[in-house]
Amino acid sequence: MDVVMLSRLQFAAATMFHFLFVPLTLGLSILVAIMETRYAKTGDETWLRMTKFFGKLFLINVALGVVTGITLEFQFGTNWSRYSEYVGDIFGSLLAIEATAAFFLESTFIGIWIFGWKKLSAKAHATVMWLVALAGSLSSVWILIANAWMQNPVGYTIRNGRAELSDFMAVVTQKYALLEITHTLSAAYMYSAFFVMGISAYHLLKKQNVELFTRAFRLALIFGVFSAAVVAISGDMHGVNVTEKQPAKLAAMEAHWETTTRAPSFILAIPDEKNERNFIEFGRIPGLLSFLGKHDFDAEIIGLKDIPKDERPPVLITSLAFRTMVGSATLMIFLTIWAFIKRNKLLESPKMLKAMLFAIPLPLLTIEAGWVLTEVGRQPWIVYGLMKTSQAASPVASTQVLGSLIGFVVVYSLLGFVGFWLMIKHAKNGPEPVQETAA
Amino acid sequence: MVLQSTWFFLWGLLWAIFFITDGFDFGVGTLYPFLGKNDTEKRTMIASIGPLWDGNEVWLLTAGGVTFAAFPKVYAVMFSSLYTPLMLILFALIIRGVSFEFRDQIVSPVWTRVWDAAIFIGSFVPALLFGVAFANIFMGIPFNGEGVYEGNLFTLLNPYGLAGGVLFVLLFTLHGALWLCIRTDGDLQQRTIRTARILWPVLLVAAVTFLGASWFATSLYDNYLSQPALFVIIAVTVAALLAIRYFIAKEAWFKAWFASCTTIFGATFYGIAGLFPNLFPSSLDAAYSLSAFNASSSPLTLKIMLGVVLVFIPLVIAYQVWAYSVFSHKVTEEDFYAH
Repeated sequence: MDVVMLSRLQFAAATMFHFLFVPLTLGLSILVAIMETRYAKTGDETWLRMTKFFGKLFLINVALGVVTGITLEFQFGTNWSRYSEYVGDIFGSLLAIEATAAFFLESTFIGIWIFGWKKLSAKAHATVMWLVALAGSLSSVWILIANAWMQNPVGYTIRNGRAELSDFMAVVTQKYALLEITHTLSAAYMYSAFFVMGISAYHLLKKQNVELFTRAFRLALIFGVFSAAVVAISGDMHGVNVTEKQPAKLAAMEAHWETTTRAPSFILAIPDEKNERNFIEFGRIPGLLSFLGKHDFDAEIIGLKDIPKDERPPVLITSLAFRTMVGSATLMIFLTIWAFIKRNKLLESPKMLKAMLFAIPLPLLTIEAGWVLTEVGRQPWIVYGLMKTSQAASPVASTQVLGSLIGFVVVYSLLGFVGFWLMIKHAKNGPEPVQETAA
Repeated sequence: MVLQSTWFFLWGLLWAIFFITDGFDFGVGTLYPFLGKNDTEKRTMIASIGPLWDGNEVWLLTAGGVTFAAFPKVYAVMFSSLYTPLMLILFALIIRGVSFEFRDQIVSPVWTRVWDAAIFIGSFVPALLFGVAFANIFMGIPFNGEGVYEGNLFTLLNPYGLAGGVLFVLLFTLHGALWLCIRTDGDLQQRTIRTARILWPVLLVAAVTFLGASWFATSLYDNYLSQPALFVIIAVTVAALLAIRYFIAKEAWFKAWFASCTTIFGATFYGIAGLFPNLFPSSLDAAYSLSAFNASSSPLTLKIMLGVVLVFIPLVIAYQVWAYSVFSHKVTEEDFYAH
């Protein structure tokens, strides 16, 4: 395999692994901050035990999220040096701002939170967690602005053989970035809501710490309902935006070959990329794609055949990722509604609780699929319309990349295994008994 | 010109702060298997850096990020040329980061031993490799006009590069030992003091050797000879190094640690001043070298980033100083990572 393919595999492995942990930390930090604030205000030990219980799960996630994030920043230099050279003027500054303005805050205050229980007052300690939560989301805002620029480059001019910044505000405030931020953050918050509800459901099914987990479940439920609404609305708006900015991605995600008006969607479509058609088309809904893309059932949608072959993304992966994302997100919305209906009689609803327990991995699947859609759907471009991925890799030996790729797979598999095992173990053990926390 | 020179200085400054901050926790991690005789002592050592290492490590991300933002071509060529050592550093930092979190999650001797080893490897390897990398940068790296590296990992492991590695390991280990003297007492502190007393003369010899070897292996001194005022940097660095010994004798740990900060700062700027205006010199042909003037970002980006750095870096330093002040007392069992 060549350097480009190996580097792509490595970056995909590293980002997807990173994103197994990051979304949870984004929302869980907010939920833990709310729990701790309730404790600081009421002095009620149940909130404290809840804070410490979910705090511990949060910290395992943070550790894995942080260490895997560092490698990502450096991979732009090690593996994508041509890209870095060409767009560093814009892209590099966004990453540098993320580190200085957000990541410092998060990392410094997380240390204070872990070790500062006895050093700070309850209110100050809760404030520290709010700073961690704020910094986490702020950090993702800058990263997503950087990603949005790769999806839809704006505010630059080509000068000195590279893309140079011409309008910083255009980069930071473009619609693509705003939608990506809203959609990604709300999806991440929804994941943390499902995580807390799922673990609470486990203990409620066993009738352990009923008071604590009932409160936790309801808190996460409210958070989940709001997040779900934002995910759905922003997802819809984002679809329209993609249709306008990246027609190739839209066509690929629906496996849509011919340019037509009243374009249909299929519940399932398996593309045959060689012959430019679909093997299987199942569950045709006329006009739906036109509606999703342009909010008009009769609108014209460009098909893949009208996009040059060397500018089409891999159709199979993109379309499957899209269906996985939409399918599992829809399921999550139904589960949220079910939980909302049963919110006042949790203990009498074992079926719902069981469903919520088994739904814990569902948001993870949704989020990963969403990112596969975003990134694979952008191919063959690394910066849409500006630079191709094939031109972006470093002039390094493929053996070096193969070596590091193997290293990543081995180390990350081990860490992932240990991390999830530890989380499951702690989640099952439940919170510390009352006496120990009070001591 | 002024803007690019300012950024060259800031670039050096961020690396210096990274070496000063993460340097002492690398040092504590390197000393960890040798000084921690039992579990309480080991946990004391971890607790001495536990609340701070994560924030310290962000200086690396910032140094890297600022290289990307202000000197994208340097970022591209430097990181791809140093591919393998950088990957080794990253893997070391990964296992180190999780080991602090994972070590005390399970009570089992095998489990603990695995993460103890990870703490040591994860601290020692970056200290060594950063030294090797920077010494090689001082000498010049064999890359051509296309930014393609023409050596391999072993090219970097030359005598001068290794001397840089040894120097960094010694600097950070002594730095870590002094931090431990601040934060521990009793037996552990006594043993740490003895270690610091042994390390200091070794460091002195290594530092003098390195200063001498640089005369032959690099052209760092060209700038010094044309601007003799720069010799002040070397004088301050050596004075700070001597001050460490003086404060160790007086058992003034915080002052000794501060002198050590100054030494590391001086050592970094010794190289930075010699390199100017080059950030990444080529050993094949001086024309290929990447400098503050031929590899920088556009003036607009440099100006925006200057604004960002001038606002946020002082703020970061302010809250990190506060964090340090909250966690500068003697470690007790109350400070152990509670689960």
